[in-house]
Amino acid sequence: MDEVIVTQGLTRRFGDKVAVDALDLRVTRGEVFGFLGPNGAGKTTTVRLLNGLLTPSAGHARVFGYDVARDATEVRRRTGVLTESPSLYENLSAYDNLAFFGTLYGVPEERLPERCRQLLDEFGLAERGDDQVGGYSKGMRQRLAIARTLLHDPQLIFFDEPTAALDPTAARMVRDLISRLAVREGRTVFLCTHNLTEAQELCSRVGVIAQGSLRAIGAPSDLARRLWQGLWVEFDLRGAPSDAVIAALDGLPVVHQHSLEQGRLLAELEAEEHIPEVVAAIVAARGRIYSVAPRQHSLEEIYFEIEAQNGAQTGGVA
Amino acid sequence: MNLNRPAIRAIMLKDLRQVTQNKMVWMPMVILPLILLVIMPLAMVLLPTYFPTSDADMQEVITMLDRAPEFMRAPLADMTPLQAYVYVAGNYMFAPMFLIVPLMVASVISADSFAGEKERKTLEALLYTPVTDMELFLGKVLAALVPALVIDLLSFVLYAVVVNAAGYRAMGRLFFPAPTWWPMVFWLAPALIAAALGATVLVSSKSKSFMQTQQISGVVVLPVVALMLGQVTGLLFLSPGLVLLIGLVVWVVGLGLVWIGARTFQRGELIARI
Repeated sequence: MDEVIVTQGLTRRFGDKVAVDALDLRVTRGEVFGFLGPNGAGKTTTVRLLNGLLTPSAGHARVFGYDVARDATEVRRRTGVLTESPSLYENLSAYDNLAFFGTLYGVPEERLPERCRQLLDEFGLAERGDDQVGGYSKGMRQRLAIARTLLHDPQLIFFDEPTAALDPTAARMVRDLISRLAVREGRTVFLCTHNLTEAQELCSRVGVIAQGSLRAIGAPSDLARRLWQGLWVEFDLRGAPSDAVIAALDGLPVVHQHSLEQGRLLAELEAEEHIPEVVAAIVAARGRIYSVAPRQHSLEEIYFEIEAQNGAQTGGVA
Repeated sequence: MNLNRPAIRAIMLKDLRQVTQNKMVWMPMVILPLILLVIMPLAMVLLPTYFPTSDADMQEVITMLDRAPEFMRAPLADMTPLQAYVYVAGNYMFAPMFLIVPLMVASVISADSFAGEKERKTLEALLYTPVTDMELFLGKVLAALVPALVIDLLSFVLYAVVVNAAGYRAMGRLFFPAPTWWPMVFWLAPALIAAALGATVLVSSKSKSFMQTQQISGVVVLPVVALMLGQVTGLLFLSPGLVLLIGLVVWVVGLGLVWIGARTFQRGELIARI
């Protein structure tokens, strides 16, 4: 089964407030899926729904083929969740924290000590594994909380704002870890974040949620293609283009517009497949090309364009 | 029902460790029994023994007992006024106070277990584990129930030793416990523990802190205070039969509260209040 998460019309209301509105999602095995949105957009509620902590008001969701409302315990056996705050017992040691949760996750008693020590070692906490967590730094707590999510070897891991309260070094470490879990270990990661740089770095696909509704979903490059018609390509000609090169570009219908920026020629093409044709035209006009680089839209640009379009549609600012 | 016993046990032991490592929680559980079951009885029994008051004062106490029912008066027939006073003080005066100890233990531990978990922001990770709501509830209830029952028994033994030792000089024999104590220790006290647990679970589902929960659920001590006042004013004397009857009422109320508490203890409700 390739689809790990499938939701259809998933809705959750709290009184009159709609926290999650008709959410349709599909997340496949081994991908890092970024769930982006501002605070209060419905990200955490979605994670709670997908783990059976909350029951849907309408629609349904399946995780590993299990209905989250009916088979919540089976779902939770197979998922790991890193909550926004580490949720650790401060007056217990790191080892005791892991051993406690290991028992709840059903790690066999005879394997538990070895598994806890192995994770403490893996996350650089072995030396202080018997110290109370109350004396740990934020970064150490976050590492321990991540170790806890892996105790039962889940194949789907939810990270809810994993770097929100961390310093840059600790945040870097957490990002490396998420990347390792997905790329090297093949686990599926559902990453809730409003940190767009983080999402850009880690996620193969993203969903943008605002006010409980999914505004867009797809790979960042696909979203960019949907949002912007042309593709901007940068040609390094080591200087201003000659009149012949300009004339050659003006003569190509696939080139929408062009300009000079910091000594480089920028051209907006109809699509990526026209790059060879444009290169050939420049070379034919005796232009010397040192490099060609299509300009990718950053996830931040994509995100704010989606927000802007949504704001225009709803008549407000998203 | 197939319950995950290792998980229930782990929750119970973890909560007990939390309690033993929190001075705010365990200190009252040590101090109160010491005052109620050691210092006060010692003072009440030893003072008249070693600093005798006039026979007239003692006689006043005995006269008060004339209003007491037969089950209380019968054992006093051949006793001196001092012996009668020591017997009544040891066996009846502190009986309702004794009930406060297991009640408080159940209330404090369950408040820490249910509301403290929310306050410390550790509940969410617990709710994401595959344990069922019932397993989580049972683990937390047992964390309060087991120590409360153990303290009920230990307090009884401690009080028996203190009172018998303190009154031995006056009585010349072991005189505690009177028959009323058996249903009180093994029937009424466990019923009060159940009531305290049920009340605390219900209160903690709405409140956000350990202190708030403890303050509100502290109302369960009122029936015990009523018993105490009843006995002091001579309106109510705790006979074995009466203790059995009160116990039955408290059991019904207590189990009802626990049942409602178990039904309201649901992930969806708990997570919404974090």
